Amino acid sequence: MIRFLTACVAALTISSAVWAEEMKMAVTTSFHNSGLAEVLLPEITKDIGIEVQLLVVGTGQALRLGEAGDVDAILVHAKAAEEEFVAQGHATHRTEIMYNDFVVIGPAADGAGIGAATDATGALQRIAAASAAFVSRGDDSGTHKKELSLWAAAGVEPEGKWYNAVGAGMGAALNTAAGMNAYILSDRASWLNFGNKGDLALLFAGDPVLFNQYAYLPVNPDKHTHVQSGLAAQLETWLISDRARDLIDGYRLEGEQLFTFNAQQ
Amino acid sequence: MSDLFPLQVSDAQVRRRGKVLVGPVDLTLQAGGVTIVIGPNGSGKTSLLKMLHGILRLNRGVVKWACTTDEAQKRQAFVFQTPVMLRRTVLENLVYPLRLLKVPKTEAHQRAGDWAGRVGLGDALRRQATVLSGGERQKLAMARALIRDPDVLFLDEPCASLDGRAMREIETILQNAAASGTRIIMSTHDMGQARRLADEVLFILHGKVHEFGPAAGFFDTAETPQARAFLNGDIVE
Amino acid sequence: MSELWDGITQAFWLIFTLDADLVEITLRSLQVTLTALLIACLIALPLAAVLSVRRFPFRRITIAVLNALMGLPPVVVGLIVYIFLSRSGPFGVFGILFTPTAMIIAQVIIIVPLIASIAHQSLRDLWAEYHDLLISMNTTQGQRIRTLLWDSRRALLTAALAGFGRGIGEVGAIMVVGGNIDHATRVLTTAIALETGKGNFALALGLGFVLIALAIAVNLTIHWLSHTEREGRW
Repeated sequence: MIRFLTACVAALTISSAVWAEEMKMAVTTSFHNSGLAEVLLPEITKDIGIEVQLLVVGTGQALRLGEAGDVDAILVHAKAAEEEFVAQGHATHRTEIMYNDFVVIGPAADGAGIGAATDATGALQRIAAASAAFVSRGDDSGTHKKELSLWAAAGVEPEGKWYNAVGAGMGAALNTAAGMNAYILSDRASWLNFGNKGDLALLFAGDPVLFNQYAYLPVNPDKHTHVQSGLAAQLETWLISDRARDLIDGYRLEGEQLFTFNAQQ
Repeated sequence: MSDLFPLQVSDAQVRRRGKVLVGPVDLTLQAGGVTIVIGPNGSGKTSLLKMLHGILRLNRGVVKWACTTDEAQKRQAFVFQTPVMLRRTVLENLVYPLRLLKVPKTEAHQRAGDWAGRVGLGDALRRQATVLSGGERQKLAMARALIRDPDVLFLDEPCASLDGRAMREIETILQNAAASGTRIIMSTHDMGQARRLADEVLFILHGKVHEFGPAAGFFDTAETPQARAFLNGDIVE
Repeated sequence: MSELWDGITQAFWLIFTLDADLVEITLRSLQVTLTALLIACLIALPLAAVLSVRRFPFRRITIAVLNALMGLPPVVVGLIVYIFLSRSGPFGVFGILFTPTAMIIAQVIIIVPLIASIAHQSLRDLWAEYHDLLISMNTTQGQRIRTLLWDSRRALLTAALAGFGRGIGEVGAIMVVGGNIDHATRVLTTAIALETGKGNFALALGLGFVLIALAIAVNLTIHWLSHTEREGRW
């Protein structure tokens, strides 16, 4: 028994000792669901020898993890919250890396007729006017914040029986929308990667207001001395390099480009 | 002869939830022989035995052995009316009290085998004690009590639900134990058994010692009317 | 329904090809939960025995609290452990957040009340049976506890298996304190949650079937081990 225990402890110690160059980065579910991470991470390990461990969480939790110093960097898409995060000194700075876009998904029959809308706010107004079922993330995530800002711009109070805030991640919310045959705002990557589309279809996209900017924020080593700021800086240099640009712009999912690299080099 | 005796009990009483189970009792027991405790149901026979044995805490008075309490406790054993079987084999039930006394394993197994044979359980060593019959259980319980070679053995109606044959076997074991010097204090509701075994008789009524004396005198000429009524088979209240 | 079938097919395929990722997360699931189970048993079983045998102040309250804690939502345990292990928490200096060690700690907290409560029930019953005999035999407190633990080992095994079941199928706590990091803290349940989130129901179900198979295998192994034990037939 004691020998087994010792072996377990030893195994734990060894498994964390083999990879000396490892850092933790909190990313949003939408980024992880895109599948881009699986392309970038092996290349990062190959190029600069850093094993990036991803914590896939909601934007709110990612910011909290950074604040507590439990991760070395975060990669999220919620500009206002990020700027606040930097202003409070939790991160040294904010570096824009790339963007993807949000799309409006809904029943293929499109009862609310949003396919004919000219802009995003118009699309949402049609959903509200038709009282068509709509699923909201409702989890204070970047996507959720984006959705709320769009409702505000459309001049609609998202309330009523048709509006369902599920308080879940992108995938779970898409599952719910598929089950209810409802409209939903999703990032394009999550939608393309989603395996349970049911009767849903992409109905509206392309309005610049739907662009979704991702930024990289290294956690401030002045607040948390144990933070791997050296590794975080190396990773940042790589993320804005031409190498990263080629990989990000070249990433295709079902034949579609998902991300557009836009870092200031 | 044992140096536990005389056992002196003075003003000893046990109460539980406001009810007197037994006492107050004043009693002196000398070494040697078989004391049989008799009395109507609910008169406190079991409580008296458990009080003397020390597994019922006293609410008042003292039970004083001639040696220290610690020493006295190690040299007594108790056989319950419903025998408690450890959920183990017969052999392990017998080995258990010896291992508590740090008797080496091989010696413990040898003595266990020996005692199993003496109580007629020699073939049942590997059987689970919990599947034994009532008579076998009681014999095992007696062997398990006697294997420690106690100076005093308490028995609470050990034959209460046994057939004649099992009763005879148990009485033989008891008489052998008494012959080899074990002091026996036992309760029974079977007057025949009391007459067969008793050297002295303790008649208990309403938790108090009503009459106590040599067996011969008691059975022939009990002093109190209640004891005479009890011996006649009348209901005693 | 077709998803159920796809799931079964996926499970067979994954197991049949000994998919490297599957083997890794399965072994990690086992490593985390079995280690947690071992530690939890070392805490819970003696605790249950002491609660059965000893009379002390707050004993009833302790038992009531243990019983109540059985229903503790794992995600709450996860959050509490997270707060303690976080870099800004009291044990942050050890840097064990988002490691299997943190997951083991959380699972120990989740399964100790369960094992202790189930064990206490059977130990209490056995103690009621043995009480007079063991007191009469002048046993020490330690001897009583050892006797009770040994003689109710079957029931304790059941308690331990219940603990294993709760641990191996648990996702709320280890998601928070482990972080579901690929190749570091991902286990079967967190992988299932992840794949469900992606809408990959077949793969999620496949992993689920692997989890069920694993739980059955562990139960059978332990029962088989206890049956081959020499004196174990009753």
